[in-house]
Amino acid sequence: MRKQYLIVNEKDNVATALVDLLAGSTIIIQEKDLELELIDSIPTGHKFSLVSIATDDFVVKYGEVIGVATAPIKQANHVHVHNMDSNRGRGDKN
Amino acid sequence: MEFNGYVRENGDVGIRNHLLILSSVVCSATVANGIANQVHGAKVVTHQHGCSQLGIDKDTTLRTLIGVGKNPNVGAVLVVGLGCETISADMIADEVAKTGKLVETLVIQEVGGTPSTIAKGVSIAQKMAMELAKQQRQPVPITKLTLATECGGSDAYSGLSGNPALGDAADYFVDQGSRVILSETTEFIGAEQILCKRAINEKVAADIMKIVDAREQDALNMKVDLRGANPSPGNIVGGLSTIEEKSLGCIYKGGTRPIKEVIGYAETPTETGLVIMDTPGNDVESINGMVAGGAQVVVFTTGRGTPVGNPIIPVIKVATNARTYQNMIENMDINAGTVLTGENSIKEVGQEIINEIIEVLNGKLTKAEALNHCEFGLSRVGPSF
Repeated sequence: MRKQYLIVNEKDNVATALVDLLAGSTIIIQEKDLELELIDSIPTGHKFSLVSIATDDFVVKYGEVIGVATAPIKQANHVHVHNMDSNRGRGDKN
Repeated sequence: MEFNGYVRENGDVGIRNHLLILSSVVCSATVANGIANQVHGAKVVTHQHGCSQLGIDKDTTLRTLIGVGKNPNVGAVLVVGLGCETISADMIADEVAKTGKLVETLVIQEVGGTPSTIAKGVSIAQKMAMELAKQQRQPVPITKLTLATECGGSDAYSGLSGNPALGDAADYFVDQGSRVILSETTEFIGAEQILCKRAINEKVAADIMKIVDAREQDALNMKVDLRGANPSPGNIVGGLSTIEEKSLGCIYKGGTRPIKEVIGYAETPTETGLVIMDTPGNDVESINGMVAGGAQVVVFTTGRGTPVGNPIIPVIKVATNARTYQNMIENMDINAGTVLTGENSIKEVGQEIINEIIEVLNGKLTKAEALNHCEFGLSRVGPSF
């Protein structure tokens, strides 16, 4: 069966979908001994959370901070521009 | 390891033997195109600038146009100017001539208008074309290669398949003694700490920080969120949420070897191995900067799919996923999507890229070349006056 997701680094708190994943489907995360039921549909290439991430907490991928949660993120939520922001290049915050 | 290339007077090696008609200024574009249209194999470079420019902006444009003329893939150059512009045909031609290659100039105001200048240009260019056709490739060491790396129309897979595979190939060529250029400074934002650790000394690390800060400062000065420009709307649809996420995936394409120096846009590298050139993330501008810096070929990974080519150097396209590879099969040379399905390892796709590069060095046409894709654009750093 084709791989459904990829976790780049063991420190990551998100995984990247390698195929379109449907809300309600169960994903077995072998590396973390986890069984997740997806709250949202995850388009291919998009991220879903492996754990809950509180507002203002870091989103981690590649073992590095890629942004912050702008709303509470539950485990197995779609993580993207609607609930996370960048820390960099924020001229709008000047 | 060797490849077969055209050895120029100054010892540089080209993998193509182009006749280039080069506009010094926007005003000579139609005449330059008119000449190129009538001469076998002629490549034409026109652009929007060359006048009403000042200071660093003028210097950058001039340096880029000189670098394009000096690129070793170019066998002969006819520079076409108007006669009153800031960047004259002579300013470019005098520098390019130092490489020893065939260079001539034509100035519209001196010859007397469009039809006469085109006619004279065709006559000059015809002789150049026939001279170039006599030249033969010779075996040269792989150390003569400057490989440019690029990613564009990125998606979330770019950092998972295409860029790591290209990085593998980059490591290989660095280990062989070639030069590899990593660019697109905007796409270091969020990952610069990783690059700094690989700098060969503190000065190089400081230079990396300086160019990243400058790019970020441009967005801050404009009081806008960088998101939307970089990552682009297509990047975002493809799953990239922030510039940090994009950058962490982008830097893979330069491989893992130590970073020897940081050079400015369109400057000539002095070191072999892995070097960084300060360019914007804009694909066409960054490729042209590396062309001006002497790169003979570029490998370009793409997630969403882009057909972009270049008039001077072959562009090898690597699709990050099978869907894009199939959807734009006439533009894509390599499918790195096999990494995502588990069919191939990153190393195996890296080897595919290495093999393709060698074949292209020796004359194989890329899909972009075969379709005459010739996108060209200057990187402006200041306003017109």
